[in-house]
Amino acid sequence: MLAEWGQVLLAQAIAVAALQVFFGLAGAQRGRVAWMVTARRAALAQGAVLATAFAVLIALFLRSDFSVALVAQNSSTLTPWFYQVTAAWGNHEGSMLMWAVALAGWSAAVAWRSQALTEAMRARVVGVLGLVSFGFLLFLTLTSNPFSRLVPAPEQGRDLNPLLQDPGMIIHPPLLYMGYVGTAVTFAFAIAALLSGRMDAAWSRWARPWALTAWLFLTLGIMVGSWWAYYELGWGGWWFWDPVENASFIPWLVMTAFIHSIIVTEKRGAFRAWTVLLAIAAFSLSLLGTFLVRSGVITSVHAFASDPSRGLFILGLLAVTVGVSLALFAWRAPMLAGGGAFGWFSREATLLVNNVLMSAAALAVLLGTVYPLLMDALGLGKLSVGEPYFVAVFVPLMTPAVFFMAISPFLRWKQDDWRRLSKRLVLDFVVTASAALALLAAADHVTLRAWLGLWLTLWVTWGSARLLWERLQNRAEGQSISERLSRIPGSWWGMWLAHLGVGVFIMGATLLGAFEARLDVKMAPGQVAELASYRFRFQGVEEKPGPNYTAMRGTIVVTTADGKPVAVLHPEKRNYHFSAMPMTEAAIDTTWRRDIYVSLGDPVNENEWVVMLFYKPMVLFLWLGPLLMAVGGAVAALDRRYRRQRAHLAVPAGAVGVRV
Amino acid sequence: MSPRQKRLSLILLGLALLASAVALVLSAFRDNLVFFVTPSEIAQGKAQAGRYFRVGGLVEAGSIQRGPDGITVTFRITDTAHALPVVYRGALPDLFGENQGAVAEGVLRPDGVFEAKKVLAKHDETYMPPEASHAVDQAQRAAQSLKE
Amino acid sequence: MRWKYVVPLVVFLGLVVLFAVGFRLNPREIPSPLIGKPAPHFTLPRFVEPSATVTPAVWAGQPYLLNVWATWCVSCRQEHPMLMRLKQEGVRIIGFNYKEIRGDAGLDARKLSPEAEAQLAWQRIGAWLKTGGDPYADLVVDLTGRAAIDYGVYGTPETFFIDAKGVIRYKHIGPITPEVWQDQLRAKWLALQEGS
Repeated sequence: MLAEWGQVLLAQAIAVAALQVFFGLAGAQRGRVAWMVTARRAALAQGAVLATAFAVLIALFLRSDFSVALVAQNSSTLTPWFYQVTAAWGNHEGSMLMWAVALAGWSAAVAWRSQALTEAMRARVVGVLGLVSFGFLLFLTLTSNPFSRLVPAPEQGRDLNPLLQDPGMIIHPPLLYMGYVGTAVTFAFAIAALLSGRMDAAWSRWARPWALTAWLFLTLGIMVGSWWAYYELGWGGWWFWDPVENASFIPWLVMTAFIHSIIVTEKRGAFRAWTVLLAIAAFSLSLLGTFLVRSGVITSVHAFASDPSRGLFILGLLAVTVGVSLALFAWRAPMLAGGGAFGWFSREATLLVNNVLMSAAALAVLLGTVYPLLMDALGLGKLSVGEPYFVAVFVPLMTPAVFFMAISPFLRWKQDDWRRLSKRLVLDFVVTASAALALLAAADHVTLRAWLGLWLTLWVTWGSARLLWERLQNRAEGQSISERLSRIPGSWWGMWLAHLGVGVFIMGATLLGAFEARLDVKMAPGQVAELASYRFRFQGVEEKPGPNYTAMRGTIVVTTADGKPVAVLHPEKRNYHFSAMPMTEAAIDTTWRRDIYVSLGDPVNENEWVVMLFYKPMVLFLWLGPLLMAVGGAVAALDRRYRRQRAHLAVPAGAVGVRV
Repeated sequence: MSPRQKRLSLILLGLALLASAVALVLSAFRDNLVFFVTPSEIAQGKAQAGRYFRVGGLVEAGSIQRGPDGITVTFRITDTAHALPVVYRGALPDLFGENQGAVAEGVLRPDGVFEAKKVLAKHDETYMPPEASHAVDQAQRAAQSLKE
Repeated sequence: MRWKYVVPLVVFLGLVVLFAVGFRLNPREIPSPLIGKPAPHFTLPRFVEPSATVTPAVWAGQPYLLNVWATWCVSCRQEHPMLMRLKQEGVRIIGFNYKEIRGDAGLDARKLSPEAEAQLAWQRIGAWLKTGGDPYADLVVDLTGRAAIDYGVYGTPETFFIDAKGVIRYKHIGPITPEVWQDQLRAKWLALQEGS
């Protein structure tokens, strides 16, 4: 019965979404307050209905109700209970339901927590979100119903894909979906601006916290996905430029451009049409990402061609969304033209550079991701775009972006004087560039890439330190340091933390790339291998049963060169009962300075094994950097100014002070 | 400069940036396309030695051999019509095995041995790397058309 | 300067037209070159009667599924209960055992004489059918895999949909799961029956 309740709830959600669209858009157009209030209530109701539907699905998994096809295919009675829960979204149908739940959650949040907006703006945003939700729920029920029955019910389920039986996979999809779906809110704000013709500083301040929240979830989702790939795939890589990763990275790049462009829109009233276009692009690319990951085109264009209903539905949704939005844009955007003029050497100019580079990077990654699929689909040959392409494009595009990132906050709006900053900038450049070179020379590893990375790290961290220092200097006499610190607005702290996070991340990636070491070696019990001044003693492999798998568990004792104990590591090779899939489970010893990473290869004979040993310096900083960016996003989104701003107090664009 | 001129020069700056970005992307793109060939195409001499590309097919039964160091593996990839000897140093993916689909990425040595830098196998029991099945399909089709 | 706001829309529409035309020019590849062709001929021993051989001609007259499998194939084990269910529903399944010994990575067939290979194969197949049930209306054994080459078999399990005239109508790669059967294959099977 429970599964049928799930069906009913989904149908209800569709009906409520339709109400939300009608009362939201029509109410705002006709200025009927009662309709607009109804639309908001509909958004709240939809959130509740879909949350219940999701709870029902989880309950079905916990009950191991194998009469539901999805449960039978993705869970078993031996699956530990927390993986039974996560199995609910470790598959196509369930994850699409989670997408819809996340969207409904965002809509309900807008309906509930955005008193600052005018009623009409709120109704329009809620209405557009309802439209997205309506399309998506249709997709869910028509092509991917998670509550379909399986007759007759099998006695045992097929278990969750072993790759997904992992803590990282518990949190990765929800975070990423919150990010993906968050771009729908930004999109809804942009469409509402086009519909109403109102896009002033107040609009920017309303939209900014939502955009920042979406961006921070995307950041976290990508980071956790990368972390998962690092420890779970068993060969120590953390970014592969594979289509699934790119699918989330492209919207991230566009959202990064957006959260910078909207600053100019807020402070100077410029870039308005461009900001709207970025919002449309970010959401469209999120949909495209969902299509790429969910339609199966990546695994096989032919598999997709033999059952294209899902993919075509998302593609249709995408075409309608983009087509209608761009038509609306062509019609309404001319009224958004204008905004303050600015000079070569101004904060606007640096933010423009940021936007150009981020968009170019997004397009370049998109090209590399989609091109092989298109060639294959059109029958023009099989090829792939290698990792070197992405590196060759990405590094030159991001280097100037990071360079300007560290300068931009020092510049004044509209027009700054080059002479005011030139001496200092040149000095900073010389000092950081030569310090990076000296450090690398000391470590005896001078390469262009390592130097570039280290220089950017120093450039950014030094710039951040100086920025904070100047900010504190810049205050009236007599204030204590804590007073001065507390006066700095949240959006400034957010910017500062996120930019510092970029520096931290670059440091991690650079030092890891320059100093990591790897050794693949055949080992017999008792044998010792040496790598990066650590000694690895292989103690052999023994069989060890797990809840739903049997593992071959190796023991490797790690010591320093002079014999001090460091760690005892247990890499595993697991065989899952139901899927009969072998899985490599790496063992990692982490300190802030380095990871020691060990994984089992294949057995050579009865007691010899191929073992992979890795020394990975500074890995922690790879996760710390994005974490700082996300914290920065959160701090900026919580800036009190965005929440306090009442609609009737809104100041027109351009009239706000020059200082941040 | 008048505001109008300023605006124009900024637009020009943006366009110049964009143009150089596009040039960068396209040149990197051309250099890094990894083409896919089948063992039959290599047998027909269609692949250039020294260039980086991908080969897919089935791992021939009985062809997997480990070198004395335990790390170097040699095997043959076949599309059922032709087989290509491959040498690879490193750990193989979990689901690599005889009669399973696999894709190798690397360069063809002048002696006709394919030196793989990367070996991909399927992700799960039911999934065959698309390129591997493509290679076998091609060979089947060729065989078919020869008969007709 | 109004026109510049139309540029994104024009670019997008251009892309849509390009793709639409592109997809029309290149109809989707046929998944297997064998589809629409008569099932390739072979002469193979029957499981129940190893001394006698059969050819596909003996099954003509009614549509059937030719299921390629082996006991070493994990997905086949997964698929087996579904085949049993299909048999109960009246689907005629012909089994095609593929490289029972030579395909097994865990065994070295070169150490075996052809007789010993056949004996071991029959033993393993017999044990399999005893524990899992026998879903096959007929079962042939291709120890060398030579006949399978003509069918373009590159893995197990694979299932060919063959109509009453002996023409291959569809090829399914991978196990037949209840979901796949429900969503795609059942319709194809029904179409075969209607055609006969």
